[in-house]
Formats: sequence, structure tokens, C-alpha cells
Amino acid sequence: MKSVAVNAHSTGARGLKGTSNSIWRLPQLSLRFWPVFLRNLLVWRKLAIPSLVGNIAEPLMWLVAFGYGMGALVGQITVPGVGGDVQVPYILFLASGSICMSAMQAASFEALYSAFSRMHVQKTWDGIMNAPVGLDDIVLAEMLWAAFKSLFTVTAILGVMLALNISHSPKLLVAWPILLGVGITFSCIALIFNALATGYDFFTYYFTLFLTPMMFLSGVFFPLEQLPFAVRVVADWLPLSNAVALVRPLFMDQWPANTARHALVLLAYTGVSFWVALALTRKRFRA
Amino acid sequence: MSSPPPSPPLFACRNLTKRYGDTTVVSDLSFEIAPGECLGVIGPNGAGKTTTIRMCLGLTVPDSGTVHALGLQMPQDALAIKAQLGVVSQMDTLDPDFSCAENLLVYGRYFGMQDAAIRARIPALLEFASLTSKANAKPGELSGGMKRRLSLARALVNDPKLLLLDEPTTGLDPQARHLMWERLQLLLQQGKSILLTTHFMDEAERLCTRLLVLDHGKKIAEGKPRDLIAQHLEPDVVEVYGVGALALVESPHSPLRALASRVEVSGETVFFYTSNAPELLQALHAHPQLRILHRPANLEDLFLKLTGRKIREEG
Repeated sequence: MKSVAVNAHSTGARGLKGTSNSIWRLPQLSLRFWPVFLRNLLVWRKLAIPSLVGNIAEPLMWLVAFGYGMGALVGQITVPGVGGDVQVPYILFLASGSICMSAMQAASFEALYSAFSRMHVQKTWDGIMNAPVGLDDIVLAEMLWAAFKSLFTVTAILGVMLALNISHSPKLLVAWPILLGVGITFSCIALIFNALATGYDFFTYYFTLFLTPMMFLSGVFFPLEQLPFAVRVVADWLPLSNAVALVRPLFMDQWPANTARHALVLLAYTGVSFWVALALTRKRFRA
Repeated sequence: MSSPPPSPPLFACRNLTKRYGDTTVVSDLSFEIAPGECLGVIGPNGAGKTTTIRMCLGLTVPDSGTVHALGLQMPQDALAIKAQLGVVSQMDTLDPDFSCAENLLVYGRYFGMQDAAIRARIPALLEFASLTSKANAKPGELSGGMKRRLSLARALVNDPKLLLLDEPTTGLDPQARHLMWERLQLLLQQGKSILLTTHFMDEAERLCTRLLVLDHGKKIAEGKPRDLIAQHLEPDVVEVYGVGALALVESPHSPLRALASRVEVSGETVFFYTSNAPELLQALHAHPQLRILHRPANLEDLFLKLTGRKIREEG
């Protein structure tokens, strides 16, 4: 911990005088984020089982009702892969998309409602900042925490999918860390809106105007090829559609095509969002 | 105590200024805290007390001026300084989901302390806060005074040299307030230094070795409580109220006015500030219908003299 703190310090001293106080200065991250992450873990451990039921019940109901109900009408769906197109049952198509959606929603919910409670309502962050922990490390801890919770939800759903025999692809082991990455991406994006929020109502806009449309434009429920060309151009750059493109083939025991492109899009969203979230949070706490 | 040479200040602010838009919240403020000292900062609402504390903590960046503490400088050494500070903010920031003991454990981790080291300190901290029997209770089950004492215990988890306390007794009943005072006096006896903001003049008089009076972001007086009173006020105050009280001093040539160095009217009460209380009281005997209170001048009189009797908009 010591060496990291010294590093952060020397970065600060090196920073240009005029910009060292800018909200856009480089992130000053250190291992001091860890006790903040542990704090959230300790609270969650007390409520884990009830929250688990809430986290996985809804996505599973969607999956079962839609997958088996619609699946009977739709039959097989064609999915492009590295080795050419494959025909898969609709429930497998849906399961591989909806697990990305669950990662997105779990991370977003935690980084919005829960982080906002800690930041604004309970003033937990203010208490932490009276100790030797900087705001940047608190934001990092919240981001990783939301991603962790999302991974936990995803793991539980994956377990149920295995039990329902939806997919037994060994490549699911690769999908798992990718889904952690998806959680990180959406945590970072959500923290931007957390920094801007004036109250819980604000998050309704984020969910209804941003996340819900994205669900329909990212190939979760139907193939992107169904969309008009102009819409598809936009859809190709949405973070969720890139996540689905990476995860879906793995469910079918295939390797995804254009891996680098999809991964880079997600990395770009993550990096830019984290920086913007950090800048806006610094601005919020500067007053 | 006053052994030469004087020890260097533990904490020093120089020429702090903070503006929000066109409003200057803190203006050219300088002060020091010596080791073992309790410095009280008093001032009406909106005087700049909390902004000053936030600048001392590096949470608000001053427009100009410097903050030095423990041989280090804000804001670049903020974390190293905070590692040796204890802070109780105006609003409790206790974790509602944790018990008292867990609150202390989790807070100690923010200082990089090992769990075993924190756990070893928890019984003594709870004892200090008179919360031993509440170790497993959550903050929601505690009274206001208990919460404030838990906040104080939490601020002591890292065994700090200097405590910054922002209105630690606001909203407490007299019993809880007296217990808090006892604890703070104990800390001063142990050699800790304290910076304290308060609205309670009896608290300031009892605890603080030195006072800083702020108004509109400026320092308007500084010194030991007794010295300040002697310097700015007459030794005695006679308060007169009841039917006809105001009529006594209506005329600028009223003979009673001559017996006081200063006369103030607030609402239905007349305040005589005087060095000649016996003669004034003698003269007031002629008005048996009036109610009269004779007392020594105190810090509250000083405060009102310096900052006025008007209610502040922010209040």
C-alpha cells in the first residue's frame, strides 16, 4: 500500500501547476480503495441471500417465459460465427443475450441507486474522505463493487442455465471473465449519472431513455440483422451489442468473430466513462 | 506548560480566502493551533466555520492561502495529514448497517490498520464513548448523544494527534452535552489538540484555551475567553424587563444611562453594561414593578457585541 501511495504522490507533484486542480487531472488511484470495497462487501454479506433472490428471479422469469413460449413459435435462429452461420434454438439465443443484459442491469442498479445512497443520502463517502482515502479511490471502489455484484448475479444465472441444460459449452469459462468486463463497463457509465443525480427520480430517465432502448437495439431478443440499416449502424456501436457479440458465440461453443473490435469498443466505453465519471464526481464534491 | 522555547504550531493556516462566485465566504484568515491546545471557532451561521474546516481537511481548495499541519502541507500531503487527524463532522456519517463495533472496525481499515490492531482498540474506544453495552447495536438504535459519542470514538480509532470537531454537541440534551465535555476534557488532559466549532458559548468558555471569533468570513477577535471578555466588555450586566422597562432609557438623557457604559435594548429587555453595578441597582430599586437580573458579563455578551443581535438569513 505504501509504495502505491508514494507513486500517487509523485504523480501529483509532477502534474502541471495549472492543471493539478482541474477536474480532468489524471486519476489518482491506489490500493486504498480496498477497505472501501470491503465495507460494501460486509454490508452485502448481511443481505446477500434475499438480494440474490431479487437479482436472479426476474431475469430467469423472462428467460423461461420468453425462451420456451416464444421459442416454440420462432424455432431455430441463425447466428453468424467464425466457422460460418449456425442454427440454434431460440432459448439459447435469448439466454446468451439476456445474461449480458443482466450483467448490465445489476451493475447499473448498484452504481446508481446503491452508490447514490452511500454518496448522497447516508454521506458515507464524506465520512470516508475524513480518513486518508481520496475521492478517486472511493469512485474506483464503487465501480469495482458494482461490477462484483453484477458478476455475482451473472454467476448465479449461469448456474441455473447449466442446470436447465440450456448450454454446456466449455467456452462458458471464457464468457465468465468477459461478463465481469461487461459489468465494469456499465458500472463506469452508470457512475457518470450518479455524479449528476439530484435524486433517485433522475435514474428513471437513465433506465427508460438509455438502458431500455439499448436492450432492444443490441440483439438480445432478436438478431441485429432484423433492424433497418440506419438503426444498425448505431446499434453496432452500442456497448451492449458489442458485449452480446462477444458472449453469444461462446454459448454455442464457437469463438466470436471480430473479437478485437468488440473488445476495443467496450474498453473505450470503460476508459472514457470512468474518467468522465471521476471528473463529474470531483466537480460534485468540490463545492 | 509555558516552557521556553515554544513548540512549533501543530497546525497553521495562513491568509486563507475562499470565494463562491461573488461571495467571499472566508477572507484572509490566519490561525495556529499549538500542541495540547483547544482552539474554539465561534461565529453566527454562515460565518465560514464549516468552510474553514473543509479547507483544513483539504476537501475544499482555498482560492489563496496555505494550510500546514504536522510538518506537512495541504493539499498535496492530504492523505498523510489525515492519517494523523480525527474528524467529527457536523452531520453523523455513521454506517447504519453496522453495529457500533463494526463501525469502528470498518473505519479503522480506512487508515490502513490491521484488523487485529483495530479489534484490540475497540473495547477501550467503546468504553470511552460509554457505549460498551451497545457494542452490537446499530446507530439507528442509539440516542443522539450516543451517536455523537460513537462518531467521536470513530475519530479516535487511529489515535490522532489533532481532532477537528464541527459542532460536536449541537442538538444534544444537557446530560449528553456534559458527558461529551467530560470526554473532550479527558482528551485534552491526554495531550491531544482540538479544533472545535460551536454555537454554545458555555461550551467554548469551558473547553477552549483560545477562541477565534468569525463573522462574514473574517476573524474579528482572537484570544483567551476571559481576556476577550475583559478586553471588550464591562464586568457586569444588569438585565431589566417588565412593564415600563423600555421607558427607563427612552430619553438619551435618562439618569440611568449615566450609570452604565453601554445600554442595549433587545425586544422588551434593557441590557445595562456597567462597571458600577451597585449604584445602578440602587437606582433601579425605585422601580419595584421591574424584574432585574444582575450577572457577570460572559462570552455570549461578547459574541453579541461583536456580531450583533440580528438573526442571520442563513440561520
